[in-house]
This record gives sequence, C-alpha cells and structure tokens, in this order.
Amino acid sequence: MKVLMKGNEALSEAAIRAGATLYFGYPITPQNEIGEYMSRRLPMVPGGAYIQAETEVASINMVYGAVCTGRRALTSSSSPGISLMMEGISYLAGAELPAVIVSIMRGGPGLGNINPEQADYFQATKGGGHGSYRMIALAPASVQEMTDLTVLAFDLADKYRNPVMVLADGNLGQMMEPVELQDSYPSTHDHSGWALTGPKGRKGHTVTSIYLDADEMEEYVHKLYRKYDEIERQETRFEEFQTEDAEVVIVAYGIVSRVVRSAVESLRQDGIKAGMVRPITLWPYPKAPLQRLARQAKFFLACEMSMGQMVEDVMLSVNGVRPVYFYGRSGGNVPTPAEVVAAVKQRM
Amino acid sequence: MQKVFERPKSLNDRPFHYCPGCGHGIVHRMIAEALDELGLQERTVLISPVGCSVFAYWYFETDNVQAAHGRAPAVGTGLKRANPDSIVISYQGDGDLASSGTAEIIHAAARGENFTVIFINNAIYGMTGGQMAPTTLVGQATSTSPYGRDPKFAGHPIHVSEMLASLKAPRYIERTSLNNVANLTRTKRAIKKALDLQNKGEGFTFVEVLAPCPTNWGVDPGEAIDWMESTMMPEYPLGVFRDVKGAEVKS
Ligand SMILES: Cc1ncc(C[n+]2csc(CCOP(=O)(O)OP(=O)(O)O)c2C)c(N)n1
Ligand code: SF4
Repeated sequence: MKVLMKGNEALSEAAIRAGATLYFGYPITPQNEIGEYMSRRLPMVPGGAYIQAETEVASINMVYGAVCTGRRALTSSSSPGISLMMEGISYLAGAELPAVIVSIMRGGPGLGNINPEQADYFQATKGGGHGSYRMIALAPASVQEMTDLTVLAFDLADKYRNPVMVLADGNLGQMMEPVELQDSYPSTHDHSGWALTGPKGRKGHTVTSIYLDADEMEEYVHKLYRKYDEIERQETRFEEFQTEDAEVVIVAYGIVSRVVRSAVESLRQDGIKAGMVRPITLWPYPKAPLQRLARQAKFFLACEMSMGQMVEDVMLSVNGVRPVYFYGRSGGNVPTPAEVVAAVKQRM
Repeated sequence: MQKVFERPKSLNDRPFHYCPGCGHGIVHRMIAEALDELGLQERTVLISPVGCSVFAYWYFETDNVQAAHGRAPAVGTGLKRANPDSIVISYQGDGDLASSGTAEIIHAAARGENFTVIFINNAIYGMTGGQMAPTTLVGQATSTSPYGRDPKFAGHPIHVSEMLASLKAPRYIERTSLNNVANLTRTKRAIKKALDLQNKGEGFTFVEVLAPCPTNWGVDPGEAIDWMESTMMPEYPLGVFRDVKGAEVKS
C-alpha cells in the first residue's frame, strides 16, 4: 500500500524497518525531520535509542561505537555538519566498519543557505576525509528511492564493511510523494567474527586503523583497494533514458535527473536525439555506459545544482573522446527543463 | 608452592611499551585487576585513545576499539547504548580528553552515560613529544611553552574533575595520584568502584589519575614523583568530587 510521505521521514522509517534502531545526530536544516522522526519513533522500538549529539563530530563517533557491536545505526546531517564528520568517516573506512550516513545537501560554501544544492559531491565521492579510502555514495531521485536506497545502503555497508552515504539534496528531503514500504527488511549479515560484544567464550576482538610499519600499512591499504575494486565491479548502478540512438547524452543525478528527463522529451520533440544517463551510485561511478555512449554521441552535457563537480567524473569516463560540457545552477536554484534544452541547443 | 603474584587474566602476556616510570602501565594493570575481581572481563570493551596509550588494546584481554583523538566518550556512548550489557571503559589522556575532546567528555557526563572514564592526567602531551596540554601547570616548561606556561596568554590549567562535578548527572568522580603506595591503593579502589557502579547501571563514573611522564618532563622517574608531590598535587587536589546516587532525579 502506498502512503504519502516526506522524503526525510520516509527515509527514517525505512532505516528503522531495516533494523537501524539507533540514531545519533545534531540538528541542521534541511534534514531536521530525520532526527525529529527518530526521536518520536525510536523510544517505542525495542532496543531503540535516539541521542541528540553535542556535535556532528560526536554523532559520527557515536555511530562508530554503535556499529562496533554489530548493530545498525544511522546518522544524518547537511553540508556543514557533514564537513565535521569527515575525520570520523575516514576512521570508519580505515577500521572497516559498516555505517550509513545520510547527507541532505544545502547551499554553500561556508554557512551558505538552506536551499537545495548538489555541491557536496566532491565531499561524498572524492575523499573529504583524509587518507586512501572510498565511501559508497547512493543518489536517490524520488521519495521512493530515498527509502529503497537507504535499505540498500545498510545492506552494502554490512556486505563490504564500509561506510555508505545516501546523498540527496534538500528538495528530496522536503518533498512529499507516495511510497511503498515493506514491513521489515531482514538482514542476514553475520558480524560475530569481529563485533565487540565482550570476549565471552572467545579471544578478544579489536577494531583499529593504526599500522605503524610502512609495509604493513601499505599492505592494509592494498587490501582495502581490492575490496573497492570488487565494489566497482559488483555494485555500480545507473539508469539510462532514451540513450539507444542518443547523439546528445545528458548526465544528471538526484532531483536534476527529473528535470533532465523532461528536457530530453522536449528535445526529442524538436528532433534532437537526446538521452540521459542517471548515476545511482556516485561512487562507484558508472563509467561503462558513458564510455559506450562516447562511440555514438556527439557530445555530453553534465547538469548539476553546483558549479560543476560530477562533470569531472563524466570527463574522466569519456576520457577526451568527445566534448563534455556543463550546465549548472547554484544557491538553491533548480535548473528548468527550458534552461537545459537551451544549454543543449547552444552546443549543437 | 603458593603463587602470590600473577598476571591478571584481563591482561595478556605482552611487555608494556611505555617508558620507564610511566603511569600508563600501572593503571592498565589496576584496570585489569579490577575487571578480574569483579568478574567483568568477558563483557568488557575498552576504548584506546590517541596518545601514548593508543595501543592499550595490545594489553587487554577484552574486546578493544581504537577511537579518534578526543572522541572516546562519543564512541563509548555508541557502544554502550547499542549494547547496555557490556562494560565500557574509555581510557584517555589529558590532551585527548581535556583539549580535543572537551565537548565529548562534558556531554557524555551531562547525559549520565553509563560507562567509566579513566583519565590519565600527566600535564603534558606525551605521544607528540611534550607539548603544552590544557592541564599543564603555570610556569611548567614544555616544548611549546619553552619559557614556562604563562597565564597571561596561555591561561590556566583545566580542572576536569571539578568541572564535571558541577553537572547533575555523573554518579561518581574522584581524582587520585600514583605518587606513593597509599595513593596507588586509593587509585585501584577508585577504579574498581567506578567499574562496579557501571556494572550496577548507576551511571557515569570518572577517575582522574595524576600520573608521571618522566620522559617529557625531562626528569628521571624518582624526580618525577617529587615534582608530582611538590607542584602537581597542590594544583590538583585529590579526593572524591561527586558520589551521588540518583542525583539527576532530584530537581
Ligand atoms: C585530530 C588529531 N589531532 C592531533 C593528533 C596528534 N596527537 C596524537 S597524540 C596527541 C596528544 C596526546 O596527549 P595526551 O592525550 O595527553 O596523552 P599522552 O600521550 O600524554 O598519554 C596528539 C595531539 C591526532 N592524532 N589527531
Ligand atoms: S612519553 Fe610519557 S606518557 Fe608517553 S609512554 Fe613515555 S612516560 Fe608514558
């Protein structure tokens, strides 16, 4: 049965039904509905706990502690708060802990504003935190996907013992759409081999990320990168729209992909063979469809609510075979289909 | 033959890597003894901080996690809330707890989190080579206060136990010292009491231990004890700062 829900609330309910009954977070707009929802719901869930942390630095480290026990936990924030979490995310990756972080992007840099943007793409996909690590980043484009990709995020985090970020903009957090949720999303992952529950009847377990010896550290990083290679092979997700014969390929994710869908239809009506690739995983990035389409397309256009961040991954994928252009809006302005159509026509 | 002295079962068979005369190894042993005596080892998760005791996990036959600099009380909050049956120990130095992690320690204490913090106050940053700590004494020379800590621009030392004792939620806060046998006994007793209270679910417990760092104080272990007695202990009075059951329910 479908119910009408706000993106942030639907995501929260999905997390709970996926077993994430521990939530740690600090208020920041436009994602406050997540913490508020959790503070209402979790006291009623067996074993559930909601903690309003003192800072986002503390939130991410509470998650670090909670997931050490093998349980699922969630934190969420928006741009400046996610910046504060970066050290913690690096530690989660370094210690190979499964954690899910929700980032509802707002305008920046600095204090910016509370309008939706997509300018935290670099932060989510290119490190942000220190050291050689990777975080899986999932980009929903509807309220339904806010829930589906949150459930997937927990699954991937457990499967690979790695942090996963659900990266959405303020629009997706705030808008209401019909969603369908399962009663529960059972998990079959077994953490008993490493989780910290006290060493009863076994040798002690240790969770750490420090390797003082150069060779030992290098070997460990190589091990992490073998895992990341596996994630790239197994978990890259994307959607293609009208690309079979596309001569113009527009690349967009999240809310912008919905605008671009209309733009593609309108370009087709004008006789321009346009199509869209929508990355669902921002890391691992769907390079393969872009490489394939580079053989038939005249050019690519990356469309974002930023000054151009994902466009760099489009360029890396296309690797100079075809021109890659950019169209973006900032400050909380959402590109309109007409603007995208004009941006394409200008390059024809 | 009767054995009169043996390794606690909560400690493993690995020599401490600490400098001669360092306080960390002594306190590790006390924690292990207390865990043994209270029968808590099987349920214990110990948090190693960033500092000289970053490898505390090498020594404890418990479950172990290494936390980012200053963040151990947040990690402890997550561990304990996720698994209230476990015994959680946050082991931290003074740079870690009183500088980098000031927010985390105050708020864990203010929430009355049911875990135990062992706070090693050696008035200096050990691991990074003897820089000024928030607990460094006025006049104390360190590698970043080479002319002695000058309160005109470096302020005064932070008294963490007193500060936390002003909060309503903490169950038990005591400051002890490693300077002589009587105080060693008191330290062990305080650690054991804190763990026992945690086991009974009574709330946040905190033991501050004044400890020597001969290496970065630039003295030998004997002189370090003298300095603790002449200079450090007058600044940081020993004693119980809070021992209140159910304090948070009152007003
Ligand atoms: C975010 C961050 N900042 C700084 C450091 C460097 N650092 C390592 S140990 C340390 C100070 C440790 O001093 P203390 O907590 O007093 O413990 P001790 O070594 O004296 O036992 C610092 C600043 C770090 N690891 N991480
Ligand atoms: S530097 Fe100081 S705190 Fe560190 S191990 Fe040596 S004596 Fe102990």
